[in-house]
Parts: sequence; structure tokens; C-alpha cells
Amino acid sequence: MAHEHKLEIFRGLWKFKSNTQKIWGVLAFLTFVTAIEVVLGIYKPDVLMHTWMTPFEGGFFATLGNIIFSAFIYMKPLNLIFILLTIVKAYYITWDFMHMRDETKGLRRAVVWTGVFLICYLIFILLQEGGYVFGVYNGEDALIKRDF
Amino acid sequence: MDSTVVGTGTEGNTWDGGNKPLKASYGKMMMWFFILSDALTFSGFLAAYGFSRFKFIKEWPIADEVFTHVPFLHGQELPMIYVAFMTFILIMSSVTMVLAVDAGHHMNKAKVTLYMFLTIIGGLIFVGSQAWEWATFIQGDYGAVQTKGGNILQFGKYETVDGKEKFKRVSIEDLAIATASERTQHERKNGLWYVDESPLPPFSVNEIYEGLKANEDVLVRTQIINEEGEKTILSREESLKRIKEDGKLVVKGANLVVNEYGTSLFADFFFFITGFHGFHVFSGVVINIIIFFNVVLGTYERRGSYEMVEKVGLYWHFVDLVWVFVFTFFYLV
Repeated sequence: MAHEHKLEIFRGLWKFKSNTQKIWGVLAFLTFVTAIEVVLGIYKPDVLMHTWMTPFEGGFFATLGNIIFSAFIYMKPLNLIFILLTIVKAYYITWDFMHMRDETKGLRRAVVWTGVFLICYLIFILLQEGGYVFGVYNGEDALIKRDF
Repeated sequence: MDSTVVGTGTEGNTWDGGNKPLKASYGKMMMWFFILSDALTFSGFLAAYGFSRFKFIKEWPIADEVFTHVPFLHGQELPMIYVAFMTFILIMSSVTMVLAVDAGHHMNKAKVTLYMFLTIIGGLIFVGSQAWEWATFIQGDYGAVQTKGGNILQFGKYETVDGKEKFKRVSIEDLAIATASERTQHERKNGLWYVDESPLPPFSVNEIYEGLKANEDVLVRTQIINEEGEKTILSREESLKRIKEDGKLVVKGANLVVNEYGTSLFADFFFFITGFHGFHVFSGVVINIIIFFNVVLGTYERRGSYEMVEKVGLYWHFVDLVWVFVFTFFYLV
């Protein structure tokens, strides 16, 4: 019974002799990433606490620019880093712990693309709507009161 | 037979059936698709959390101020440390699980047994930690006053620590001046029979107000987040006025109705999402135990394949995967 494992991560930058070694290597990497997250979460460097870009103002191209650079305009860099690091962790858990790396392309795509597409859609719809409701609640002509 | 069945002439071709393009067994593939659907459920919850948070983006509780406790280190404010520990425990139990799967590939029963056992222990530590986290959250910290509009007003005072002015929270126990109680809790045995009410808050708003009046340096903090990303602190006059005019209920801790840390939706989502995840971990532990006994009894040894360990392993890693996201969106972002 042959169980083929691909024994390299980071596109071949880090090669392992056996599957067991690869597991420990991936653990070291995941622990490292979590440690970065925790340290950033505790110290919250000032540089990362304010957005690096302000929204463009003006016509159509400003709106387009705001959409393209939305991750930098509307999100604190710290949060962007957290989300990216989370996706990195999720990738290595799925690819190396769940052995997605060793499955066929068809199975990999059937599972991963379906999930990624639907989840992106869901997040877009709900966050967009949440922001809109915030606008309704906090606009100048808002009809709600907080304390009465 | 040949005379009654017409051959299609495609025997041995792609559409003839019997080939396995995904090269995975039925069970493993279905586990993957179950995980996919479960991932969609969890992302539905997390996206709903995001929706509510965006809706109240200016007043959402700051996680670092809510989850500051570590067992045995009473009274110290250590945000993140305990959840980081829990995350590490879960990743570690994922590692022992994948080691068990690897040992299964080599048909090494002793090693599969050991690693499955360690995985179960890791899972139990995690569920226990989560229970503790829940208990601490429900128990509450400093207490607060809820306004008529359902907003939370907390108390604190400025203290100089290492030459820097810091806002230190003051608990309602230290603040309130107890007066003769206005009323007692209505129990089943008194008055209207078999009708009771939920426990009364520890203090009345009036007692808190008297305490606030007597302590000159104590200020009220609202849930509104200011430009610096911190909660707004009111002036002395404003503080007294808010408690006097808007104060309605004294709350301590959190449940599905009230939440001393801020908007009650935060507590609802916390219980719902970490609860649903905790339930997954719990069922994962139960399934792991069943598989563990099957391993010990030699079921898979006789079957000639440890694929069952691999399938439950997939589920276990998925639980870890979800936690990575819960960790980010509840505690970090």
C-alpha cells in the first residue's frame, strides 16, 4: 500500500525527509504565526492602528479606486495582517494536516473553490448590508434614539 | 446473456463506470463534503457576527478588555494569553491526530493508540478551557449600569501608573453604598403560588448613584468608541447626570439578555459561536474515543486499513481550522 506524500512546503523551499518530519515542521510554522498574532494583539503597534490610505474623492475613478484599495482604505493594517495570517494558517492546516496537498486536483477544487466562492459571497453581502444599516442608524436624519 | 444485452461498445472507456477520477474512497470524499457544508454553516455565523458588528461598529466591546483572565492568576489583566494557550492546545492535538494517521499508514497499532489517546486528552483540555472561559464571562468582572435604551455605562477612575495616566475600572461592589433594600425577590412559595422571577440585581441603581456621588474621582465610561479607538469617558457632571437620568438596571456578568461588557449582541454571538464550536469539539472527542477503542480492539488491524482514523482525523482538523477563524474574529480583529 503506497501512500504518497508531497514532502515539501513553501513551493519547495523547505523539504522534509519523512511525513512525520513535515508534520513537526508545519507545527513549528503554525506556532510561529500564532505567536506573531498574539504579540501584535498585545502590543498593537501605533503604525498599524490607523489606515494607511484615505478614501479617494471625486467621480467614477475615485469610487473604483476605493473598491480596489478597499482593504487598505477601510481596514486597519493590523486587522488586515490578522486576516491574512489566519488564511495562511488555514491553508497549512488544510494542505498538510488534512493532506489536501496529496489529493487529486479534482477533489481539491471541488471542495476548496466551492467553499471559497460561497463564503466570499456571504461575507460580501452581510458586511455590505451591516455597513448600510450603520449608515441608516447614524445618519444625520436618523430616526432612532439611543436613550430616552 | 449476450443476446439480450446490447453492448454499448464503450467497455473500458471513461464513461463505462467503475473508474475513480478523484482517487478517494467514498467515505473520505463524503467527509470532505460534510466538512464543506459545515464550513459554510460556521461562516454563516461568523458573517452574521460581522454584520452585527458593522451595524454597531462605534460601540462594539473591545475583546482585549473582555477576555483578560487566566486561571490561577487572579486579578491580573492578561488579554490574549489564555486564548493563545487554547489555540496552541488545539493545534497540538491536531498534530497528534495527523501523527496517528501517519502511524496508521504504517500499520503501527501501538503508535496509533498512543497518538489517538493524546489527541483525546488535548480535546478534553480544550473543552475544559472553553468551559472556564464561559464561566468567567458569565460571572462578570466589574459590573455596570444598563440604561433605559439598553446601553451600558461602566465605572472607573484615572490612576497614575509609571508616570502615565490610566483609566482603571472600578467594580460596582466597591462603588455602591448599600441602603435598606427596597424589595425582595419574589419566590414560588410566596404570594402568587408557582410564579417566580429571576434573581434581582446585586444593587439598585440608586445605591450606585449614591456611591458615585460619594466617590469624587469616579467617572462613567460609555460604550461609544472615540477617535483614538477607546471607549468615551464622561466628565464628572455628565457621569452623575447619565446615571441619574438614564440608569435603569445594575448588571453583572453576561447572559443572553444583558451583558456588562457592552451591547448584548456581543454576548449572544459569543455564546452561540463558541458554543457551536465547543459542541463540535465535544462530539469530535466522543468520535475519537469510539475510534480509539476500535483501534485498541484491533478492528482496523483486522480490516487491513486505518482509513477510519484518517476520516475522523479530517473532522478533527476541521474543528481546529474553525477555531483559527473564531480566534481571529472574536479575539484579535
